[in-house]
Amino acid sequence: MSAATPTVAAPRTRVVLAALLRKELRVELRSFAAVPAMSLFSVTTFVLFHFALQANALDGDLASGVLWVTLLFAAILGINRLFVADAEQGGFDGFLLSPADRSVLLYSKALTLLAYLLVLELVAVPAFALLLLQPAIWPALPGLLVTLALGDLGIVVIGTLVGALAVRTSVRDLLGPMISLPLLVPVLLCAARATSPVLAAAGAGTLPLRWLLTLALYDLVFGLITFAVFDFLLED
Amino acid sequence: MYGKRLRPLALTTFAALTLTLVLAFFWAPNDANQGFLQKIFYLHVPLAIVTLCGFIYGGLAAIAHLRTRDSRWDMRSYVAIHLSLVFGVGVLVTGSIWAKGSWGVWWDWSEPTLVSFLLIMLLYATYQPLRFAIEDPERQARYASVFAITAGAFVPINFVIVRLSTAYLHPRVLGNISANLPGRFQIVFYLSLISMALLWITLWRYEMTSKHASAQLRALKRALGGDDDEALPRRSAVPTLTIGAGATPTGRGSAGRTGAPR
Repeated sequence: MSAATPTVAAPRTRVVLAALLRKELRVELRSFAAVPAMSLFSVTTFVLFHFALQANALDGDLASGVLWVTLLFAAILGINRLFVADAEQGGFDGFLLSPADRSVLLYSKALTLLAYLLVLELVAVPAFALLLLQPAIWPALPGLLVTLALGDLGIVVIGTLVGALAVRTSVRDLLGPMISLPLLVPVLLCAARATSPVLAAAGAGTLPLRWLLTLALYDLVFGLITFAVFDFLLED
Repeated sequence: MYGKRLRPLALTTFAALTLTLVLAFFWAPNDANQGFLQKIFYLHVPLAIVTLCGFIYGGLAAIAHLRTRDSRWDMRSYVAIHLSLVFGVGVLVTGSIWAKGSWGVWWDWSEPTLVSFLLIMLLYATYQPLRFAIEDPERQARYASVFAITAGAFVPINFVIVRLSTAYLHPRVLGNISANLPGRFQIVFYLSLISMALLWITLWRYEMTSKHASAQLRALKRALGGDDDEALPRRSAVPTLTIGAGATPTGRGSAGRTGAPR
């Protein structure tokens, strides 16, 4: 997109990105609309799982499934909130009026969602280790961190796209989860399978590389798709 | 435009489907393991393949829509996805019946094709609600196209990933079709695939013809000044074909327009 007036050059991507990220941080610090809710939700969900499964300690498949389902649902809360301020309070209009490249909005939203998820996991993973996990978390930590990073990446690329797709519909809170959950099933599948040997009761097993590669490939493909189609969501 | 040669196409489809069914039931031999039950294979598998191809065509048409901004491509994408959803319900039902017959359960999580198909259906089930939830027709078309492209790419990727996730517990009929199936099975299978594809194409063209005809009718009414239809813009999940009365490909609309000023 060329600048509106020929004398003004389009601002540099890094500058725009920094400005947008500062804006996101300020909005979140003023409203506390997403991250505290996500973190609290994850802890509450662990408590729910404790009562629903009637289990005091989990390991292996079950532990990995509970952890990932909780993270996924908490992430959905963040995805639902990601674009709300922009849609309701003119953030989109303000951004589109500026001569900045539209992809920068995608980058800034993706980084914001990533930051949401990192803070969420900073709360949720220790809480999970404390409340439900039977084996010690320390030997599992390296493998868990790698899986979390790749899983976050998948949630970020799909969440940003679906968040933008759903936010300007009349039923955004319903459509967001309904569209994103089927798209996130492969992420959940790969991440849960990669995590379960790491959380095994008999001690942390080796990280299954096949699932991590599949997950990375899925992240890459959907990253490219999101990059390709995101601009079309921002045309009015 | 879509109505051309529709009748011969419909008759061919009818003949092909009849021939397929007759051959499947009376000519193809019974399967050694599954016996008569295996006949559902000739319905289920081609139906599934045509459904998935329809979803992918919906994605390709959506790409064309975003490139050209021609509302006809959006309509093509919409009708394709809509039709494939209907076919997809048929796939899930026949798949369930087959699973009950041969494995004794209505649903089997270790069958990757069935599971990935369910995921795809769950995703596409949100297509119509998404369209319905956006009032502005132009934005509705654009957002629906973005969805159709994403979901269309999800179709093959999802199949690969879900298949990776399950051990090959069951005999795969589709995977080794050329290696294991005797000649008659193969002939009937491919014939069935062709007739299912013909059925899909016929129904797609019928719906396109109908949608196109009502858009032309609306354009003609508008040109004649009686815009009762336009008075109530209802919210709808159906794409709006913007046929300017002058820009109709058939020329009938332009005849209506030239008549209007008098």
